[in-house]
Order: sequence, then C-alpha cells, then structure tokens
Amino acid sequence: MAKLTFKTDNCKGCGLCVDACPKHVLQLAADKINKKGHHPVEAVKEDECIACAFCATMCPDCIIKIER
Amino acid sequence: MVVFEKPHALTDVPMHYCPGCTHGIVHRLVAEVIDELGIEGKTVGIAPVGCSVMAYNYFNCDMIEAAHGRAPAVATGVKRAEPDNIVFTYQGDGDLASIGTAETVHSAARNENITVIFINNAIYGMTGGQMAPTSLPGQVTQTSPYGRDVKLCGYPVKVCEMLSQLDGPEYLERVAVNNVKNIKNAKKAIKKAFQNQIDGKGFSLVEVISSCPTNWGLTPQNALKWIDEKMIPYYPLGVYKDRSAAKEETK
Repeated sequence: MAKLTFKTDNCKGCGLCVDACPKHVLQLAADKINKKGHHPVEAVKEDECIACAFCATMCPDCIIKIER
Repeated sequence: MVVFEKPHALTDVPMHYCPGCTHGIVHRLVAEVIDELGIEGKTVGIAPVGCSVMAYNYFNCDMIEAAHGRAPAVATGVKRAEPDNIVFTYQGDGDLASIGTAETVHSAARNENITVIFINNAIYGMTGGQMAPTSLPGQVTQTSPYGRDVKLCGYPVKVCEMLSQLDGPEYLERVAVNNVKNIKNAKKAIKKAFQNQIDGKGFSLVEVISSCPTNWGLTPQNALKWIDEKMIPYYPLGVYKDRSAAKEETK
C-alpha cells in the first residue's frame, strides 16, 4: 500500500494533483486552511492509491512524497 | 521504497509563484535532471529577470543573476572561463524572446556549449500581464484589451523555428508541461539538453510551453486546457533541430 506525505504548509491549493489522480484519492480540504491561507490537498482514500505519482508529477510546488 | 520525492538539487524554500503556475514543474524537472546526471557540484545556473528572477533561491547549485535578457551572454562567459562546469540559463519569454533576442540568436549562432531552458507562456507575467512578443494573435492581455491585432503589433516570435534556420545550434526542441505525458517528454528533452553540454556538442535550447493562470484570467485547470486548445496548435511541439541525430541518419 502506498503512503502519501504532504508538505501541507507549502500547498497553494491549485488542485492540479486532484485532477491528475486516476483513482480520485485526493481532494482539497474545504474545512482546513494552511499557513498561506489556501485549502490544502488531503488524501481521502489513501488505501486506493496505486503510487503512479501522477499527482506529484503535476504538483508545481513539489509537496508530495510517495512511498510504497 | 520511495516512489517520488523532492529532488536534492531543489531547496526547501517555498516558491513564490502563483497557485498552479507551471514554473515549479519546470524547476523540478531541471533539478531531477541535475540529480540524475550527478552534476550538482559543478553546475552553474543563470537566473533571468521576470517571474523566475528568484530562481537562485530554489536551486542548490551555484546561481548567478543576470541583467534582463543577458543570461546567454553571462553563461557564455562562465562556460568559457570554466569549461568543466555545466552552465544552464532559465529564461522566460520576456527575457529571451524580447529584450534578450540578440544574446539568444548570437549565442546560438556561435554554438556556445550551454543549455537554455526557455519558458514560453505567451504573456509578461511579473509585470502584470502585458502583451509579449510570444502572445497569440487575438489574445487578450492588459495592453491588448481587444485582442492582439497583428496589423498593429505584428506576429508572434516562434523562437525554435527562428533558431532552426541557423547553422549553429546543436539541439532545439519545443515541449509542454500541461499533462503528465508532456511533462515526461519535457524531462527527456531537458536531460538531452544537459547531456549534449556534457558531451561538448554545443548550444541546446528547450522551449517549454507553460501556463500563467493569473494573467490569462483562468483557473489552473482551464489554463492547462488553454495550452492544449490555443498554444500547442500555434506552437507545435517537437524537435526542431538535432544535428547529431541528423549526422547519424546521413551515415
């Protein structure tokens, strides 16, 4: 199973990772705000992650680390 | 096992770019290539003026800030003084295709052994979204509110096509970073551009079609779609010059 780690404070909430994920694992946290004032990304279905790294490839701020 | 993490050549400094700006993706691709080739200790980057003016904060290798448009001239000096170093410039369209056209054309004509990463987002980003030499015909910007009128402002500069007419440059390719497939291709092109320099082949330029959600007035997602629908038809992707490959074919 894949493990996703986010550097949440660097997230700008652009949502490019959310669109890139083929398994719809990610979403922007509507109820959270990070230090920059954005809604950061969070994994809602981490157990369905296939570690394809599409999200990390699209992330402009390099906040995603993926381990398997 | 780590599948993906931040490359070592990229610092921990949070980037100042707008949400969804693809500058960050290209920074990461350059850093990944530096890591993979193991050249971080001898790489010198030249930062431009424009949105990526603070690129020196984000790379772990040595960085120099050049005057507006003069990055290829500074890179020429560094490379000639320290031929063992790997020198790359990272420039936007306002820097490379506008004020720095002379430096770009002449360093390409001289076939300087440097690597140029050229970000083309069809607008002046840092100054607030004015029309750039690369803005598309009919594109609405701050200084062309009714769309770029080609009768008044002329046509966009296609840098890869223009430089491919010269005998000098070794390698010219245009790539985009609007989806995962194009990003993988962009990385291959950037890696080849660095490898050419290590092999002493000469001037390599990779033009990256990039997005500017803020100044295009689009969401990050729609900006990537706009690249597909508007920019790529006008700026076709592909290899515009590869002298080594052409030599291989004629053998």
